[in-house]
Amino acid sequence: MNARDAILARVREALTVPGPGPHQRAGEMAGHGAAPHPAPPPLGSLPVLALEAARPWLPDGGATPEERLSLLADNLGKLKAVFHCVPTIHAAQDLLFSIARERDWKRVAWHAHPLVEPILAGIPCATHKVDSAAGVVADLATDAGARKDALEACDAGITGCEALVAQTGSILVSSATCGGRALSVLPPVHVVVATPEQIVATLADAFDALRERHGKSLPSMLSFITGPSRTGDIERILVLGAHGPKELIVILVG
Amino acid sequence: MPPHPSPTASPHPGHSGDPVGGAHGAKKQFLRDAREYVRDTDHRAFLRRALAGYYTTRDGQKARYRDWEHARDAANLAKWNAVNRLDEMLVRFADTFEAGGGKVHWARDAAEARSIILGIVRDAGAKAIIKSKCMTSEEIHLNAALEAEGYGVVESDLGEFIQQLRGEPPFHFVFPCMHVRRGEISKLFEEHLGSAPTESPEELTMIARRYMRRLYVEADVGITGGNFLVAETGQISITENEGNARLTAALPRVHVALVGIEKCVERLDDLAVLLPMLATAGTGQPITCYNTLYGGPRATGECDGPREMHVVLLDNGRAAILADPEQRDSLQCIRCGACLNVCPIFKNVGGFTYGTTYQGPIGSVITPHLRGLGDWNHLSQASSLCGACTDACPVRIDIHHHLLHNRRNAVRAAPNRIERMGHRMFAAVAARPQLFAAGGALFRRSLWLLKKLRLPLLRDWIASRDLPGAPARSFRDQWRHRAAPAVARSRPSTGGGAR
Repeated sequence: MNARDAILARVREALTVPGPGPHQRAGEMAGHGAAPHPAPPPLGSLPVLALEAARPWLPDGGATPEERLSLLADNLGKLKAVFHCVPTIHAAQDLLFSIARERDWKRVAWHAHPLVEPILAGIPCATHKVDSAAGVVADLATDAGARKDALEACDAGITGCEALVAQTGSILVSSATCGGRALSVLPPVHVVVATPEQIVATLADAFDALRERHGKSLPSMLSFITGPSRTGDIERILVLGAHGPKELIVILVG
Repeated sequence: MPPHPSPTASPHPGHSGDPVGGAHGAKKQFLRDAREYVRDTDHRAFLRRALAGYYTTRDGQKARYRDWEHARDAANLAKWNAVNRLDEMLVRFADTFEAGGGKVHWARDAAEARSIILGIVRDAGAKAIIKSKCMTSEEIHLNAALEAEGYGVVESDLGEFIQQLRGEPPFHFVFPCMHVRRGEISKLFEEHLGSAPTESPEELTMIARRYMRRLYVEADVGITGGNFLVAETGQISITENEGNARLTAALPRVHVALVGIEKCVERLDDLAVLLPMLATAGTGQPITCYNTLYGGPRATGECDGPREMHVVLLDNGRAAILADPEQRDSLQCIRCGACLNVCPIFKNVGGFTYGTTYQGPIGSVITPHLRGLGDWNHLSQASSLCGACTDACPVRIDIHHHLLHNRRNAVRAAPNRIERMGHRMFAAVAARPQLFAAGGALFRRSLWLLKKLRLPLLRDWIASRDLPGAPARSFRDQWRHRAAPAVARSRPSTGGGAR
């Protein structure tokens, strides 16, 4: 018997003995061994699915677009992310220009995206496009260490996102639409450009948005980014920028 | 660049987790380490300080839930559902994941898991391996196996990296180096990485960050754990704060994830409940910084990511827990560490004393199943049964009752004749009021003598506790002669207040 069949056989064998139901304490049924195990509810026919049961009790995500926006801004602030709301793409361009100048960025990495491309115009530093299509700037298209180095050497990564989650202050990025896996985590600053329409209330709504956009074929990586990278490993003291970005800048356009 | 550190991944000799001195080696080690740790009041105070902030931040986050207790019911439901249909979940996960281009491996035990991973590493022609935090790899002593074959492995999680340099296993399965002071970390980095001494946690973190950057880029194989296996979508979910797991699964050519079979959930939507609750219960965060789902290697049209992705599904005793319906719910554990953070025993004996991969209350419940009740039931005795663990558990595992179940099972498996005789004698005396009174009188008068004689059982009990003197009169005597007015006023149930 191969390992797969052996493990599955063990699991099936174990499950032939019924156990307590989902909200039943084993302590209640056990006693000193005399009480028989009560029959469990039929498997697969639970009264409610977990998410539906939890939806009303989880942290609020906001009922209206205004509520969601203010909740998102509030959460991002608490997470020590920087949040900018600008009216137009030109304003976003100016903002990025001043950020790049102020921090003396030498090189920023980006990917093809309808919001990212226009705001990069006029940025006072070199740019490095991350792309799967073969081309002069397709630095990450191969596995060569030198190409990864090129991204590692960038001062910032500029990406779009799949959704913004008001409930948690999270930014959902994917490998298919946000420049792959490394762009949003390797450079020391991550700049996200998004529109207010991308704000969803809860994590569950973000999953819905994903299904709507990608159907069954989800990108190979989906990541909820919630604030700049952090650690508390040394004496439980919070330090930002452990391995991922030290700064997360969210620019909402429109 | 300073020379490569020579991390000793092999577990610390004193805390190897495997009993060394025969059947009672683990218990002896527990008692010895507990005694030693309890004496170190400075360190206990340090641990308490480190955990003090946890309560405040966690309660602040819990307050953001419209109802935390109901949310716990839902989290329990999500995990109960998956654990009680585990065969179905595993098959569905494996099929869906492989359709996404990844490969699933099944490992019955630690040795099989090690040989599978060694095989993958060998096939990849790996020169450098980077790892993100993975408790299952601690469970199977993976680093030692890789190093024995000549592979260099570096732990990228800051806490795990510090523990690797110290040659110790994690002290707490969520906060691996919470017992280490910053000065010690500074010395450690000075010695292994050639950095300048500093007392700043931020600077220390940056030293590790700078050191690790190159390793991410150079590593051929990245090894991670996994917090959830989503059956519906064939994805593994990894929860982390530092970004090291993201990098580990982005830059190397091959990604290997070692995950316990119990980590299944049925649907993606279940994570909308479990991800926030895992973080709130574990670290007091609304959600951890990175929650990432991986459905396979880089897909067509994606610009980076590993060419190969392997998931190794580890049994290693989990099916045995599943076979015990009474304690089956302990497989619902999402390893948040909340039960450790609130445990008075953990705070007083420290993480190494347990001698297990999984410390604290949940570790005391599952370790006897994974490694044998005979050698590990003493862990279930190391509890005040206060129930703080059960209250803290986001998925409502009945932890402290399971500690009782383990005690009962241990007695059944190996009855203690002397204890049983003692209970029988007490029952016989207690059933005869006159004998009981006479026995009580004798005991009151001879307590000082018993104390002086230092009889074995009593001696162990009073070694670390005060033994108050016996009262002159028995309770029954005092009750009979209590002040008359109290009788008139009080009902029998409250009359005990009379003195």
